[in-house]
Amino acid sequence: MTTKAPDAEKPKTTDERVREVGVIQRLLVLPGTGAIIITVILWIFFSIVAGGNNFVSMDATAAIFNRAAPLGILAIAVCLLMIGGEFDLSIGSILGFSGMAIMIGVTPSEAGGFGWSLWLAVLFALVLALLIGAGNGLLVVTTKLPSFIVTLGTLFIFRGLAIAITRQRTNRTQLGNLDEAEGFGFFDTLFGSQIELFGASFNVAILWWIGLVILATWILSRTAWGNWIFGTGGAEDAARNVGVPTRRVKILLFMGTAFAAFLVALIQAVQFTGSDALRGTLQEFNAIIAVVVGGTLLTGGYGSAVGAFFGALAFATLQQGVIIWGVDADWFRVFVGGLLVVAVVFNNYIRQRAARR
Amino acid sequence: MTTETTKEPVLEVRNISKYFGSVIALEDVSAFVRAGEVTCLLGDNGAGKSTLIKVLSGVHKPSEGEYFFKGDEMHFDSPRDALELGIATVYQDLAMIPLMSIWRNFFLGSEPTKGAGPFKMFDVDFAKKTTSEEMAKMGIDLRDPDQPVGTLSGGERQSVAIARAVYFGAEVLILDEPTAALGVKQAGVVLRYVVQAKQRGIGVILITHNPHHAYPVGDHFVILRRGQIYGDYSKDQITLDELVQMMAGGADLEVLTHELEAATGGGESSSAGG
Repeated sequence: MTTKAPDAEKPKTTDERVREVGVIQRLLVLPGTGAIIITVILWIFFSIVAGGNNFVSMDATAAIFNRAAPLGILAIAVCLLMIGGEFDLSIGSILGFSGMAIMIGVTPSEAGGFGWSLWLAVLFALVLALLIGAGNGLLVVTTKLPSFIVTLGTLFIFRGLAIAITRQRTNRTQLGNLDEAEGFGFFDTLFGSQIELFGASFNVAILWWIGLVILATWILSRTAWGNWIFGTGGAEDAARNVGVPTRRVKILLFMGTAFAAFLVALIQAVQFTGSDALRGTLQEFNAIIAVVVGGTLLTGGYGSAVGAFFGALAFATLQQGVIIWGVDADWFRVFVGGLLVVAVVFNNYIRQRAARR
Repeated sequence: MTTETTKEPVLEVRNISKYFGSVIALEDVSAFVRAGEVTCLLGDNGAGKSTLIKVLSGVHKPSEGEYFFKGDEMHFDSPRDALELGIATVYQDLAMIPLMSIWRNFFLGSEPTKGAGPFKMFDVDFAKKTTSEEMAKMGIDLRDPDQPVGTLSGGERQSVAIARAVYFGAEVLILDEPTAALGVKQAGVVLRYVVQAKQRGIGVILITHNPHHAYPVGDHFVILRRGQIYGDYSKDQITLDELVQMMAGGADLEVLTHELEAATGGGESSSAGG
């Protein structure tokens, strides 16, 4: 299209208008590169300042991954939703609500629960979570209100319901003794067990996390749905005009974030053999931070699941690093805020450099 | 030419009206396009061009009037219905998604798949290869199908959108102001693809407010004004100069010219007189 005087000197391997770009520059184009670099920098930083407290050890590494897994599971779903151009602030509340749904299900009826088996309680919580997700999605696509506002509303509604219903039925806001429920053994193996590796114990949740990262990466890069998610977030009207079912895409993505919240609720309920109506508070923001650190654009249409993986890992490295370093935990939020701002500036910088090539 | 004119229109609207509350956006508008021809819809801002395209592409349902495709009356519920019949619309700004690569854009909404069931995959290699091939058929030598569409020029984006519509078997191609906001050279590039599409037997409806772009490629000209048909000519009935005159509002323009002359002339004389 653009006619340019051909360069006689250059070797005409492919096309004279395409410059050979180095491997490093090709990597820089990927959205997740910034998060990988940030994770490595954080790890090196803490191994210097907290190395004396055994930061560089299998135990500390396991602790980082165990911390990162629940956040990472949430971040993967949030990442897909944000690429699709929407926000979900209600996942922390859905997490707390699903956890209480499981616990109320298995709590004996004399204590205000339903006295179900864990199987039934999990199914009940799953259906509720998916309905809440679908409700969020339907509300967003039909009212065309910003999802920020809609899910801010559902954030309060479902946190409130989790506390109010639990207290009304059981007179408490914390329920325990999940290990006494029928079917606990199976769920414990699948969601709560530990894998001993190199002398440290890794939660099985890490496998769920990695599995979801692989699934999300496959969806984004190798399926029509992935193309639709990018299209819906990149320019919704244009995508709809060429026949992408943008409403269905968005509703399913909201169901995806609700499912992730349910999965984390289940994992944590099994791990701690109980749940708290306040569980998951602020997790919506932590997940968004992990996703943004991972290079996904707040405006949609651009991002990667691998980026979200490293975003969550960077977050957990920081969290665990501050603990092992021995700094007062009060300072943790200062570091998280700093991480977010630095990561966004850094991601923007490398993206612009990469675009210029 | 005589055999051409007796040919049945592939798409035709008759006596279309569209009201938005008390606003009359279109009134009693009829137009048609035949296979292998270009019908140009001309009109100034606010003439009703956008409403008419939205009716043609299935976005709006007409309040009154009939819509025929290949002789059958149609009622579209969504643009998707029209698209499935082969009525493809390329919108001025909404044609492409800038952050996505060319091949992802090219197949967006109609992804080729391989495999079956839950493992059905987007056939990425086929998509990349086909994008390059189809662009080559339109005479566009693609630099790199992986390049984001946002890095293309406006004319190139329109061309990709046209090539895409042609590839997916469009029988009618509706182009919304494809040359607006383009430089002279880029507009020429796009018009060349319009002619290409026409030569491949596609009926093209070209919406523009530029008679200089419309006249060389058009076979039929419909001029809209204030939501109504102001003129309807085949190419042999009108010259470029007449078309320009009609577009500018003909008599209105003469009045305006006089007013402007009077204003400037009057200003001079009054200062001289005072």
